[in-house]
Amino acid sequence: MSDSSAKSGMTIHLKIWRQARSAAQGRFVDYTVSGIQQEMSLLEMLDILNEDLVRKGEEAIEFDSDCREGICGTCGMVVSGVAHGKHAGTTTCEIRMRQYKDGDTITIEPFRAGPFPIIKDLVVGREAFDRIQRKGGFVSTNVGSAPDGNAILVSKLAADDAMDAATCIGCGACVAACPNASASLFVSAKISQLAWLPQGGPERGRRALAMIAQMDAEGFGDCSNHGECEAVCPKQISIQNIAKMRREYVKAAWTGADKSRSSGGD
Amino acid sequence: MTTGNRVLDAKIPGGPLADKWDRHEMENPLVAPGGNRRKLTVIVVGTGLAGGGAAATLGELGYNVLNFCIQDTPRRAHSVAAQGGINAAKNYQNDGDSVQRLFYDTIKGGDYRSREANVYRLAQLSTGIIDQSVAMGVPFAREYGGALSNRSFGGVQVSRTFYARGQTGQQLLLGVYSALVRQIEAGTVKMFPRHEMLDLVVVDGRARGIIARELTTGEIKRFAADAVVLATGGYSPVFYLSTNAVNCNATAIWRAHRRGALFSNPCYTQIHPTAVPQMGDYQSKLTLMSESLRNDGRVWVPKKPGDKRRPNEIPESDRDYYLERRYPAFGNLVPRDIAARAAKVESDLGKSAYFSPQSVYLDFAEAIGRLGKGVVGDRYGNLFDMYREIIGDSPYDTPMMIYPAPHYTMGGLWVDYNLQGTIEGLFVAGEANFSDHGANRLGASALMQGLADGYFVVPRVVASYLANAKASTVKADHDGFKAVEDESRTHIQRLLAIKGKRTVRDMHWELGRTMWDKVGMARNAGGLKEAIAEIGKLRESFWHDLALTGGADDLNKQLEQANRLCDYLELGELMARDALMREESCGGHFREEHQTPEGEALRDDANFAFVSAWEYTGPGREPVMHKEPLAFENVELKTRSYK
Repeated sequence: MSDSSAKSGMTIHLKIWRQARSAAQGRFVDYTVSGIQQEMSLLEMLDILNEDLVRKGEEAIEFDSDCREGICGTCGMVVSGVAHGKHAGTTTCEIRMRQYKDGDTITIEPFRAGPFPIIKDLVVGREAFDRIQRKGGFVSTNVGSAPDGNAILVSKLAADDAMDAATCIGCGACVAACPNASASLFVSAKISQLAWLPQGGPERGRRALAMIAQMDAEGFGDCSNHGECEAVCPKQISIQNIAKMRREYVKAAWTGADKSRSSGGD
Repeated sequence: MTTGNRVLDAKIPGGPLADKWDRHEMENPLVAPGGNRRKLTVIVVGTGLAGGGAAATLGELGYNVLNFCIQDTPRRAHSVAAQGGINAAKNYQNDGDSVQRLFYDTIKGGDYRSREANVYRLAQLSTGIIDQSVAMGVPFAREYGGALSNRSFGGVQVSRTFYARGQTGQQLLLGVYSALVRQIEAGTVKMFPRHEMLDLVVVDGRARGIIARELTTGEIKRFAADAVVLATGGYSPVFYLSTNAVNCNATAIWRAHRRGALFSNPCYTQIHPTAVPQMGDYQSKLTLMSESLRNDGRVWVPKKPGDKRRPNEIPESDRDYYLERRYPAFGNLVPRDIAARAAKVESDLGKSAYFSPQSVYLDFAEAIGRLGKGVVGDRYGNLFDMYREIIGDSPYDTPMMIYPAPHYTMGGLWVDYNLQGTIEGLFVAGEANFSDHGANRLGASALMQGLADGYFVVPRVVASYLANAKASTVKADHDGFKAVEDESRTHIQRLLAIKGKRTVRDMHWELGRTMWDKVGMARNAGGLKEAIAEIGKLRESFWHDLALTGGADDLNKQLEQANRLCDYLELGELMARDALMREESCGGHFREEHQTPEGEALRDDANFAFVSAWEYTGPGREPVMHKEPLAFENVELKTRSYK
């Protein structure tokens, strides 16, 4: 592999958050990379920067990424002030350098929220999301007990709405973008998906109460309708789901967790 | 090459094919519910469809499950990236589908190099997967009447693929994840995210546990169990550039191989025909464009070599729709291996898309004319958007450009009918084993196998094993654990002590280049021998030239990647040796010396209707190959034709 800096291409200035561990003091560190091609992804630029750092004997910048095609939800950084960068509907790993021009400066920092502790540099812990899911983000059905797939008919519209909500990748951008660090979009996506489907009906009340209680317990803030979450969501999940979550919550709080006899799909 | 004579008993139940699994269910012992199950610990490594499905289901049954993944949460396992769909023999479309037909299609699609009994069971279990996933709330695509919708995939003439837009893998994985979190909350499954398995612990010939490294703290830990299930996926990143996630790795299965688990058919790799073409040496991965696109997209190249006109400037008369021309019966929906190789044939003749010599067109103009932009957008919108982000232009207006890319590995650890490897108590599920896809996997069958193994096969076969084996008295303080833990620690320290000048990525890229050029879509004896030599040299260089910074006691992804690369440097060589041994062409394995005059794969059933199973004999020593002969009692061995 040839040294990328020898080739023509853009020169990009970077301000990147470095933090040795959770408890350490972090700071922005300036880097300059050159030879950056338009087709490169932002993360590929970081790969190249990391190689340069390692060759110089410096520690590489830690950042999470895996599928690099926007579906696994692993990557997540605030890029020049916007979670997942300025293009709507994409993740950090989908950012291409054609969005930038020679000489630009890009600031890269981790998703910041109390319930997302920084582990190192740009890597944060998002276990709080798993703990919320554990409280009710499922249908209680054991393997072996399912009826024939077509025994449960679901209107195409309800299935489409459920799918729109189900596309959540659990990246946490909604939390990072929210002034209150609310996880409402994330939590509502799951509650809403299962509320649209008849399969989710029997547990809809207890699900809404338990997941929302856990969201509060984790220290996520309340939703006050800023709408920043929807704007940065890489899967463009609508805040209408939050409205639906609130209806689910109020209904359950009013009638009791298991009093709701609705079979879903309202 | 040394050929060994170990007898590999696949333990296939007797009786007619259709009764084998039922018979097996009846003849094998169970563990009674309650206290007996709680006392038995099962380690499951991996949280994809196979691993997560197995962990959740074993938890539902009441076993004590320890589940590991390298990701920060189980919901990110690489199954999440599968796009197109999942096959099942439901025959909801009334188009002549059946368990028998899915079985036959899979055997034929695998070019008659898979085990009949395993494939039949897979086809039988396929229908239950759909039922289970629907019950869990997986939002499959629906018709207006509320019934499940289907589409077609390559290599078959029925519509049996269930899907959730272009995110079927994600939705099925989130179904698995939901079952898993439910069990974590119930306390039956203990989850260990950001933990990477470094080694397998074998005591008195049985798998008794693993050594794992907590990636955020670097702590190396011991975990003991009564059985170990590996569901750690495939090894496509041996090519460096592949459609796999950048952290996919072979370390768990390779370390188990080094401890005595035989490795089967390593050379069977699937090169997927439709990925975004390679762009430059800075690239970290290739992006898949789902096979479902070939339902409506037409593949073509310019008729004239070197024609660099833009696609919209090339009139119909100057285009060659080569799949439709060569394979009129299946057209654009031929299986993956055939479509991939056909693209290589054209590009080797100098016929390619303008973008690069390694690219061809996938054109939606006809479909948009027939169905309208709206319908095409509904079907493929998210893929078109993804493509536009990468290449910069829209497939609605100008044909997509695609080229084959490493995508899936059919080879893996050898397992018997019970998914048990050659080490007792070691089970291998999903892409990590070799068992169901022969030399080529059909589209939408990986999700099917992952969930069949995870939800149905593993829970049943592990129960039989545990019923026979009884609870283990071997705990993590056993000397066997200490020895392996020490080795793991030394290995990590050795990597950090190299202090050379070359980065992990640089060396991985070099390995990938050799693999792609010489152990890729077309192989020959000369190239394979060169590859073996080159990989050997690179492996030596790795232990002298590797540059690493940082330490072993906190998050250090360069170290993680180096640890995985040293296994790829051994596995890559085994792939080349297997390809060199297999003097025939079958499925994804194409030896240039063995082809028909029309350039199709030429199998040699008389000499190669067997599964290779390689034994590790020590570092730097030649491996020994054992054979499991394949018996075909229910399908007739035929030349695979899609013409």
